[in-house]
Amino acid sequence: MIEKALSGNKFYWAWVCFLLAVIAVGVASYIRQFHYGLGITGMSRDVSWGFYIAQFTFFVGVAASAVMVVMPYYLHNFKRFGRITILGEFLAIPAVVMCMLFIFVDMGQPTRILNVILYYTPNSIMFWDMVALSGYLTINVLVGWTTLSAQQKSVPPPKWVKPLIYLSIPWAFSIHTVTAFLYAGLPARHFWLSAIMAARFLASAFAGGPALLVILCIIIKRITKFDPGEKAVKGLVTIVTYALIVNIFFVGLELFTALYSQVPGHMQTFKYLYFGLGGHGKLIPLMWFSTFLAISAVVLLLVPATRTNQITLLFACASVHISLWFDKGFGFVIGGFVPNPLEKVTEYWPTLNELLVTTGIWSIGLLILTALYKIAISVKVELEA
Amino acid sequence: MSIGRRQFLKAAGVTGLLGLVGSPLLKIFAPGELEASSEFREGAALTARRWSLVVDMKGFPTVESYTKCIEACYNAHNIPHMDNEKHEVKWIWPETYEHAFPDNYDVYLSENIESMTFLILCNHCDNPPCVRVCPTKATFKREDGIVAMDYHRCIGCRFCMAACPYGARSFNWRDPRPFIKNLNPLYPTRTKGVVEKCNFCAERLSRGEHPACVEASEGALVFGDLKDKDSNVRNILRTKFAITRKPDRGTLPRVYYIIGGS
Ligand code: SF4
Ligand code: SF4
Repeated sequence: MIEKALSGNKFYWAWVCFLLAVIAVGVASYIRQFHYGLGITGMSRDVSWGFYIAQFTFFVGVAASAVMVVMPYYLHNFKRFGRITILGEFLAIPAVVMCMLFIFVDMGQPTRILNVILYYTPNSIMFWDMVALSGYLTINVLVGWTTLSAQQKSVPPPKWVKPLIYLSIPWAFSIHTVTAFLYAGLPARHFWLSAIMAARFLASAFAGGPALLVILCIIIKRITKFDPGEKAVKGLVTIVTYALIVNIFFVGLELFTALYSQVPGHMQTFKYLYFGLGGHGKLIPLMWFSTFLAISAVVLLLVPATRTNQITLLFACASVHISLWFDKGFGFVIGGFVPNPLEKVTEYWPTLNELLVTTGIWSIGLLILTALYKIAISVKVELEA
Repeated sequence: MSIGRRQFLKAAGVTGLLGLVGSPLLKIFAPGELEASSEFREGAALTARRWSLVVDMKGFPTVESYTKCIEACYNAHNIPHMDNEKHEVKWIWPETYEHAFPDNYDVYLSENIESMTFLILCNHCDNPPCVRVCPTKATFKREDGIVAMDYHRCIGCRFCMAACPYGARSFNWRDPRPFIKNLNPLYPTRTKGVVEKCNFCAERLSRGEHPACVEASEGALVFGDLKDKDSNVRNILRTKFAITRKPDRGTLPRVYYIIGGS
């Protein structure tokens, strides 16, 4: 099947070349970082994780969200998703790859990465995250690839795939739960020390991931001969809507506990993010923009007229995705470090080199996604022809 | 180095799940190593069941009184003087009460306390979150309570920095070597990309010397065995009111501060 990714029209190759160019810049920037050290980023002694770890956290959510098409289809026999399960699974693959790359570029001593396995330490959540992510990648590659090849040959998929598919469901929940546990178990950071963290992560993932999938479905319908189907998209939109509302509700719960209890540690980060702390407030515009996008997306998704119109739907889904990206892919991680344990404020802002490495990784993700979707869609189109 | 490794392996024996299978395996694969290192320890080394430090604020009336402790530490451990504040490496450093004890701060505290400068450092916690989160055991707790680091194993993930409630850990954001003022050949320099922090002068203890800061403090810093009921630190703690930083985090800090009174 792989040959299907190697043939395409002018636009396909132009897009691939563009991605390769961005990747090349990313690799060059990474080499620079490798030689200089992580001091080339905006991170500091006080804000010791930045953009990379935030992106990692966000994309774990995107990866986990595949379960939102797999579960209804396989567990509840929700037939409409039959056409897009492969799109969900194939979205998870580049998302996990990006997660791994973001962890990798964040490491101070990347050449020692195998120490995590050589001196495996089960009391570290990082260990479990490694297990969860690599397991999830394997499952999705196996399931996606074998079901698609079976479809291509018009035979039922081999028997061993079914249990793997069922396994992928709790596994998807686990990857994001474990990722939340990286944060939620630290006595040092009030902002993260919250039992609802894993639930909130899942809610935001199940809004952001499917929103991206809606956008992808609409694009696919436009530029290829494959139609994911209006009903499938509708199903996704419902998931996005409720997950988004649940996520906003969870954020509200956090805010209530922090603001009503008035416990300083719980309030400070929220203050910093939304109003500024001690005259520092670089993230304020981003956080309000994110809030604005989330609320307008809820409105657009609830009103039938805007939900069914493709332009406004596209707009709403992009808003969901971008809003959650700012919230989780930026504010959440940086906010946890402000104020620092001595209650001083050091601000963080990514540097150009850091952003170039990041866009490089995004492009690697997009390239994998492009290739996988190209394969999946070619197979589907052939079958339907 | 051998002592660090032995201690680390022992730490592995008591930490977490691995310990259950780790220590028997160790006995099979490296039986001699444990014996040899134990002998080494019995020489001139200072030993304790639980090292701890008492900071007596009466002993720090002037800027000079605490700077000399900091300098002693910097010189003993090849700590770089980074020019960028964001990249600072700090093992022991001065803070006001407000920042050292943010949870106990109030605007109407005595002027005396407001004017004090507290030396803060790694607390060598009895229940250290930094050890709990480290994915490689590069940070580990020794039997004598010292929370130590293996700079050669650290992958620089900085999970420990996120986990420490005291801001005690520093990362080498770039090569620190050009920023070291007086090179001490008795202690290793670090490379970029690893975390470091106060080690209670484990290397000096093994040579039978007290920690550098303690030596420089002229009695204001008292270092001793918390598990020995007749030790210097226990005698002080028995009679004077001492506080620790952020006791509510359950980390059981083992650096005590005596602020006033007798
Ligand atoms: S003070 Fe921080 S670095 Fe030191 S042992 Fe405690 S948690 Fe670890
Ligand atoms: S930075 Fe080093 S010491 Fe800290 S948690 Fe990671 S591997 Fe362990």
